[in-house]
Amino acid sequence: MKQTAPQTIPVASAISAENSQASGTTLHLPDEPLVVIQANNKWNLINLSDIWAYRELLFFLTWRDVKVRYKQTLLGAAWAILQPLFMMIIFTIFFGRLAGVDSAGVPYPIFALAGLVPWTFFSNTITASGNSLVGSAHLITKVYFPRLIVPAAAMLAGLVDFVLAFGLLIVLMFYYRVPLTTQVLFLPALVLLTALFGLGVGTWMSALNVKYRDVRFALPFLIQLWLFVSSVILPSSSVPAKWRWVLMFNPMSGIIEGYRAALFGLPFDWPALGVATALTIVMLFYSIYSFGKAERTFADII
Amino acid sequence: MRPIIRVEGLSKLYYLGGSGAAYSTLRETLMESLRKPVRYLRRGNSGSEKLWALSDVSFEVTPGDVVGIIGRNGAGKSTLLKVLSRIVEPTSGRVELYGRVASLLEVGTGFHPELTGRENIYLNGSILGMSRREIETKFDEIVAFAEVEKFIDTPVKRYSSGMYVRLAFAVAAHLEPEILVVDEVLAVGDAAFQKKCLGRMRDVASTGRTVIFVSHNMAAVSSLCTKAMVLWEGKVEYPLGSVEGAVQQYLSQVHQMTKTRLAERTDRQGNGRVRIKDFATFDGQGNELEYLATGQETHFRIYYSSEDTSVQNVAVAIGITSNSGGFVSMLSNQVAGDTFESIARDGYFTCKIKKLPLMPGNYTAGLIIRSNDVILDWIQQAVTIVVEPGDFYGTGRMPPPTHSGVLLEQEWTLNGSRQTDAGKE
Repeated sequence: MKQTAPQTIPVASAISAENSQASGTTLHLPDEPLVVIQANNKWNLINLSDIWAYRELLFFLTWRDVKVRYKQTLLGAAWAILQPLFMMIIFTIFFGRLAGVDSAGVPYPIFALAGLVPWTFFSNTITASGNSLVGSAHLITKVYFPRLIVPAAAMLAGLVDFVLAFGLLIVLMFYYRVPLTTQVLFLPALVLLTALFGLGVGTWMSALNVKYRDVRFALPFLIQLWLFVSSVILPSSSVPAKWRWVLMFNPMSGIIEGYRAALFGLPFDWPALGVATALTIVMLFYSIYSFGKAERTFADII
Repeated sequence: MRPIIRVEGLSKLYYLGGSGAAYSTLRETLMESLRKPVRYLRRGNSGSEKLWALSDVSFEVTPGDVVGIIGRNGAGKSTLLKVLSRIVEPTSGRVELYGRVASLLEVGTGFHPELTGRENIYLNGSILGMSRREIETKFDEIVAFAEVEKFIDTPVKRYSSGMYVRLAFAVAAHLEPEILVVDEVLAVGDAAFQKKCLGRMRDVASTGRTVIFVSHNMAAVSSLCTKAMVLWEGKVEYPLGSVEGAVQQYLSQVHQMTKTRLAERTDRQGNGRVRIKDFATFDGQGNELEYLATGQETHFRIYYSSEDTSVQNVAVAIGITSNSGGFVSMLSNQVAGDTFESIARDGYFTCKIKKLPLMPGNYTAGLIIRSNDVILDWIQQAVTIVVEPGDFYGTGRMPPPTHSGVLLEQEWTLNGSRQTDAGKE
């Protein structure tokens, strides 16, 4: 092996010749360090290649969350379907029957369910991601990996429940004989948008939660309020036209109306979807930025 | 040879906030920011106490070295490992790593009790940085090493603690990074398994991999490491060099420290309602002793002072460790069945040993006072106990020091003749 002079003077290192063992190993050291550890190393920057390198861990953490979630429950994964189903029944009784909500010609139960399924995904994502870092304190203080994987795995685990609940929605659509149109092709994009917005909010919450444990208490409350302004129960058209622009600031409203348009062949509200996409991107960047900033100190304060 | 790890001027500062809580609530932060300007006016910025867990630490490690990092609790060893493992970020300085690092600060990181042994191997392996393929190829080896073949599809919550630790260590032992960073994880498991682990670590080192090993256990450091370094209050006290030199340095450091009067020691833990003032040893006649002797009647006295007399159910213990770092004995009034329901403001506890069974040599003792399982005062490595040769058995003979840790009362008989045995059994 080629002997290269050290680039810097070995400060305070007393490796005398007699002590340094002449090991005849053929270990080839790279010329550049694989890792440099310094203060402010990753200021405001999430290392995407690092996350890619740890993609298997992302898979395993997601798999663990899915696997463990319904352990020791009687109904198991049926909970993924039961939650939105019961909400749908309650909403149908109170809003569909008693209040007679106008659901754009679609039977109210599936109108509500089309909102509830993505909403449940979103609210589960921000709850699970928001609490994920604090819940993984034992990992964070013991081993290195890109921390962003933790809230991301929580989101992906929720995606499994979402798919199950979506199955229920499709079944009910057949039951109510609501035909599918080619607009269902927009669904993957909408799912992606929901996932990314959930990830954005959840990641931000998870970083805040490390510092301020208030998040844990505020989050359920926030989610309850958010539900009422997300066009889950009532269509956005029920809001007076004059005020509808306010709703645009809530991406979930636009996204949920997007799901309905895609599923029931209704016209898309493109401005609302456009604003939702823009806000999702902004949210995602902001949360990754603030997460990256906070990441450096997680292990110190968690 | 070029170094595989280069550490330059590494420092880590912790703020020990007055609140003590690691995290805060929003309300506290808001209140703080309101109070802050006022506090600045009042007494300058003296809000939180600073602690340099590491200060200006530099060293270089060549590939194939097994480096032992020794130091007392709070010397910065763990912080150094955490920085090298990229868990915490340094305040200043730089570390260059020219190889893949796997760190083992704990066995079984990320183990989930609900998952089976098989599932946990995959999960834990991937957390420690193994690829899926790597885990697959080593799977059988890991299971065999852990000796849990039969229970591999049982949730680990049903494992005995021994099985759990074995499985956890087995995964870790099969990591093949260029640099392995190990905290004192060898202190788990039974003796046979510990031996197996030490052997495994030697194997790792012999393949030219680099190991960084933190320990209190001087025996483990001496047998395992090729170089060692001593840290003291975050600074390099003994630069990376010979193991013997480092161990000597550490022991003399401990000895130096135990000369400080106990009442003045600051490296103590506990709530301080009762404080240890002094420690002294006496013989059976009440003469104070500087050196103890094997086989002698010995009284240990721990002098204390208490804030008030309301402290209840006091438990006192003396933990004696040998200079190689292993525990020799724990003297405790709870174990002995002597209870102290309440105590006066000042006084001393006495522990009487009829015949001191310690072999000649130097020992270190830690002192702790607790009340209903709350630590009141705890000084680790509080005092040095020097034991001189003495006549334990009254025969003027002693076992060779290499073959004995403690002396036991013994009596021998011989049953040899067939006639006397007949009829028995």
